[in-house]
Amino acid sequence: MNFEAVKSIYLFEMARMKRTLLQSVISPVLSTSLYFIVFGAAIGSRIETIDGIEYGAFIVPGLMMLTLLQNSISNASFGIYFPKFIGTIYELLSAPVSFLEIVLGYVGAAATKSLILGLIILATAHLFVPIEIRHPFWMLFFLVMTAVTFSLFGFIIGIWADNFEKLQLIPLLIITPLVFLGGSFYSIEMLPEFWQKVTLANPVLYLISGFRWSFYETADVGVGVSIGMIIFFLTICLAAVWWIFRTGYRLKT
Amino acid sequence: MTNALSIKNLSKTYKTGLTALNGVDLDIRRGEILALLGPNGAGKTTLISIVCGLVRPSTGTVTVEGNDIVQNYRQARQLIGLVPQELHTETFETVWATVSYSRGLFGKKPAPALIEQILRDLSLYDKKDTQIMALSGGMKRRVMIAKALAHEPRILFLDEPTAGVDVELRKDMWRLVKRLRDTGVTIILTTHYIEEAEEIADRVGVINKGRLLLVEDKAELMRKLGQKQLTLDLQEPLKALPGDLSNYALELTDGGQRITYHYDTQAKRTGIASLLAALSGAGITVKDLDTEQRSLEDIFVSLVVEENQ
Repeated sequence: MNFEAVKSIYLFEMARMKRTLLQSVISPVLSTSLYFIVFGAAIGSRIETIDGIEYGAFIVPGLMMLTLLQNSISNASFGIYFPKFIGTIYELLSAPVSFLEIVLGYVGAAATKSLILGLIILATAHLFVPIEIRHPFWMLFFLVMTAVTFSLFGFIIGIWADNFEKLQLIPLLIITPLVFLGGSFYSIEMLPEFWQKVTLANPVLYLISGFRWSFYETADVGVGVSIGMIIFFLTICLAAVWWIFRTGYRLKT
Repeated sequence: MTNALSIKNLSKTYKTGLTALNGVDLDIRRGEILALLGPNGAGKTTLISIVCGLVRPSTGTVTVEGNDIVQNYRQARQLIGLVPQELHTETFETVWATVSYSRGLFGKKPAPALIEQILRDLSLYDKKDTQIMALSGGMKRRVMIAKALAHEPRILFLDEPTAGVDVELRKDMWRLVKRLRDTGVTIILTTHYIEEAEEIADRVGVINKGRLLLVEDKAELMRKLGQKQLTLDLQEPLKALPGDLSNYALELTDGGQRITYHYDTQAKRTGIASLLAALSGAGITVKDLDTEQRSLEDIFVSLVVEENQ
């Protein structure tokens, strides 16, 4: 195991993030604050409690998930796409590193950054609404697993994308709708029965539901199902990444 | 003694159907400077890319100090430094950060003193905190070399190191290559500047259309280059060469207007003085004379032209 390489990639990526601190931290914090003002304070004050939880507090786990998913994907996809785009990927491919080490470095850095962001959002939310975390261990479990899984997913997108458009496509067209429709802002019980069934096909629902359970012990699906699903997603992403490096897909000719 | 690099029956056919390499066998000795000469598209970069792990070979094997580049890729790659042809640099990083990163990537612990030395050797040290995008093209080229040297490779690949580089940097580069060779580093460089091969290589390989046409010691090549041709333009055309000139291997061309004579500059006597004396003895007046040396370029061109026919 080439630990020096993992460390180098990780620190290099973290340094890159430090340079873009302003856009990568301020903007999610700002947008989350806006959500709280609009949904929490303005609209939320007219919405009755959900499962006994004030609406503003109810949406906190969903908002954290939204930031976590978007940032994990964009960090990791950009992290590996950029060397491809400017050509410095040659160095990575000619270095004595295995796919595991490359993934650990890039995905580790992307996941770390979105974890930090998630915690910043949590702290920001705390300023607006009272929050309690009943199961801190499971809260962290969902946070870490989601950050890692979706950073892996972002890594795959970064390898697949051969232009900037494709890099933006999946986060914009798939992830954002899935998060909004996955119960970030509502409990699926509030939906007509048919749409409740449809929503069950949305993978993000399981993440948000499990995550919210760790806060308030209220969930749309059983927490065991949520845990199973996140492990399932992680496995799929790992398999895809393994396949990419075995075949050299989009990396080697 | 194991070779630094051993290439056996290496071929590469890309998905597009292009055969970039066709059965190349090449052994590179430890500590030598090998120049691979060839026109654009000859397969030089493909060869380097396979050895460095960027391209998968279609057939054949490569071992680096006895380590197979596929099975023992870690050991093999640790020994290799690569400076690619294109300028690929991290736009926003500082020189220091990008060079230190390269060292780590190759599994070596940080060594600031060594990085400093490399940067000083390449006249980059005063730019160490500069973002790479603010550097000139020549400076970026130096950064790429520094990155390739950061993990102390035993074998260095320089792919067209002096393409589009000014004279000063080219001379610097040659000095650097020789200095590295003196520390025991094996250097393989590709070029299409013949003078570059002449200047620094120990051996020269000529590659065209994916085939290695020739690999020879430069000294041996230079000996072949020692062959010169003397052309004498005559005042009056001759019908035939006088009999007493038959000792010299002369040719009469241009309707008797011109005599050509081949000689070896390395030989004790070139025979020129006595030939001229004999000519004047035979009453032949010479109007003009010209000598021509066969250059590496001629050999190269004739090899490549032959291959293309």
